[in-house]
Amino acid sequence: MTTASEAGQPAIRTVNLVKIYQTGGLPVPAVRGVDLRVEPGEFVAVMGPSGSGKSTLVHMLGGLDTRTSGEIWVEGRRVDTLNESAWAVLRRQQIGFVFQFFNLVDNMTVADNVELPALLAGTTPRHARERREYLLGELGLADKADSAPAQLSGGEQQRVALARALANQPRVLLADEPTGNLDSRNTRDVLRLLGEVHRQGQTIVLVTHDGRVAGLADRVVTLLDGQIVDDGAVAPRRRTRGGAGDVVELRS
Amino acid sequence: MRLHLLALLAKEPAHGYELKQALEQIFGTAYPSPNIGQIYVTLGRLEKDGLVSGVDVEQSNRPNKKVYYCTAAGREVLDEWVDSPTEGPRVRDEFFMKLVLAPLTGIADRMALINRQRRHYLAIMRDLVDLAQRTDHDNRPAQLLIEGAMLHLQADLDWLERCQEELT
Ligand SMILES: Nc1ncnc2c1ncn2[C@@H]1O[C@H](COP(=O)(O)OP(=O)(O)O)[C@@H](O)[C@H]1O
Ligand SMILES: [Mg+2]
Repeated sequence: MTTASEAGQPAIRTVNLVKIYQTGGLPVPAVRGVDLRVEPGEFVAVMGPSGSGKSTLVHMLGGLDTRTSGEIWVEGRRVDTLNESAWAVLRRQQIGFVFQFFNLVDNMTVADNVELPALLAGTTPRHARERREYLLGELGLADKADSAPAQLSGGEQQRVALARALANQPRVLLADEPTGNLDSRNTRDVLRLLGEVHRQGQTIVLVTHDGRVAGLADRVVTLLDGQIVDDGAVAPRRRTRGGAGDVVELRS
Repeated sequence: MRLHLLALLAKEPAHGYELKQALEQIFGTAYPSPNIGQIYVTLGRLEKDGLVSGVDVEQSNRPNKKVYYCTAAGREVLDEWVDSPTEGPRVRDEFFMKLVLAPLTGIADRMALINRQRRHYLAIMRDLVDLAQRTDHDNRPAQLLIEGAMLHLQADLDWLERCQEELT
């Protein structure tokens, strides 16, 4: 799918990206001059306190919110100037998005919710079904395929949203707190799937508070008051001898 | 480790190597693999304190082995251990002391300290996720031990974020 002009380009790049909300005459600067570069295949975790601008940033990267100033580039193409319908096409073809609050289509089954984006992008029904079966299976939701989203728990809906975002094998996966509602066991399924698609080359930009998820990333970007205050690799893998004696320290 | 060995011996008498194996079997890779020398030293101390007692058992073709059992005094100490509430995790964190004190001397700035510490915690978390995946799923004690370590680490990460909000 990559054309010559896209080769060697970062998957995502922002230049001095700014978002100022205007609420009742009072400007609220949410993102204040973010320069971010994400290479193809890279997994970037975005962390930072509540209100630091994480959601606003990924929403702008997915075209769900407009920027106040600055530039956004996706695979070498400037996108912050696109209109709404051009963004819709871009999202359908290249970007998978997991919202903090799921946004599943209520009058469709779980299976249809997951298959829809792939079908809209022109995937054959058989291929879409196979992909859906794989993703729901990996997330422990195989038996929920025929349920309506409203019949599922918050954690289950969140995993369906992740499956939907990955259905299309998007060039970039954007996710806002995709494990916020999950218990330990379900988070483990999500961790395994994220690790697996990342190994297969999936580019991921993911907002999270969860250290288990962030620990999977190649890089962690920390926001504070709308600015990047840290951007770099998670410390290198520590060598533990066989077991985990030095990881799990028992108090004696 | 004293009381852990004592608990195992209260279940049944055993020699040093069996205790090592029992710990490994119960906690899997999640337990710092006890070194056999440490176990013998600990058993020696327990014996000196009268909490365990060792008897030599003859073995054909091999040197005698010493089998230990829990004494009545040992049983009492064990009961006390089980019955008393356990100390919560530390609140005076070494990193926190660094964070508060180091900038006063001009040695380091807080933003850099916090950022480095976060990356370090995340690296540990990654190891724990790895470890959980490598550990037998049905070994509940081992899995719970790892999960506990993850939850503590998550609390440390959250606290770090609060420090970053307030101190930088
Ligand atoms: N639609 C909005 N209108 C006005 N202010 C907003 C809106 N969305 C977010 N904000 C403000 O922007 C800042 C960043 O919010 P957000 O991006 O949601 O942060 P985070 O996801 O890191 O918690 C906050 O101060 C928040 O109150
Ligand atoms: Mg948010």
